[in-house]
Amino acid sequence: MELSLATRTVGEHTVLEVGGEVDVYTAPRLRERLLELIDGGARHVVVDLGRVDFLDSTGLGVLVGALKRLRSAGGSFALVCDKEPLLKIFRITALDQVFPLHPTVDAAVAAGPTGAGA
Amino acid sequence: MATVRLSFSPAPVHVRTARLVGVAVARRAGVREDLLDEVRLAIGEACTRAVALHRQYGLADPVLVEMSDAGQYAVRVIDRAPIEAGIGLAALPPDELADESLTDEALTTGVGFALLAGFVEDLQVRPVDEGIGTEVRMVWPVGR
Repeated sequence: MELSLATRTVGEHTVLEVGGEVDVYTAPRLRERLLELIDGGARHVVVDLGRVDFLDSTGLGVLVGALKRLRSAGGSFALVCDKEPLLKIFRITALDQVFPLHPTVDAAVAAGPTGAGA
Repeated sequence: MATVRLSFSPAPVHVRTARLVGVAVARRAGVREDLLDEVRLAIGEACTRAVALHRQYGLADPVLVEMSDAGQYAVRVIDRAPIEAGIGLAALPPDELADESLTDEALTTGVGFALLAGFVEDLQVRPVDEGIGTEVRMVWPVGR
């Protein structure tokens, strides 16, 4: 399935819903959209991976890039993911220790801009 | 002898095709359904790595993928980049992953290798037998 991207605002968070396959071919489009959001002033970004059915190292690299950029701008970055195959990817790469991971968008937003907490 | 051979020009758009073919042949070979996600990811990572190396060295040569189902499911992904570029793979420790000084390329390479090593129990990365290049060989059991 092709990459799909949709943005909405929840409180002070910008939520980017990603669907389809994030790989070496489609990841540049995800990177562009994240840069647009950050350059456009978004400081607290939640990326919802709920409808992603494939994620590779290139996609993970784009997500880490956004995390670094937002942190250095005093913002926050969190991921929403509850699918076991994707969670396994985060565990194997140790990126589960780098990203705040939440099961739902509500939980990510409730955790607040620091990304900590429930 | 390979059951299916696929050769593609080193462009990101073709990596998806390689994944689809690799999983279709795995399913046909009798690899367990619950391993197919890992097969898909591993073949994708090996091909992504090969495409990146060919682009880095300006090589137009095709990337070769060979799939064989003789007793087990074996996939070889072969690139034509200088060997010193291909063998020096290393997984990154977690505390370096979000390090500001780490380039995107280094991060993606390290994460890609972590995924290959994490998902493929039987993994070999070695120089090709003839000419220049590296072969990533991955093997999965078949359930028949």
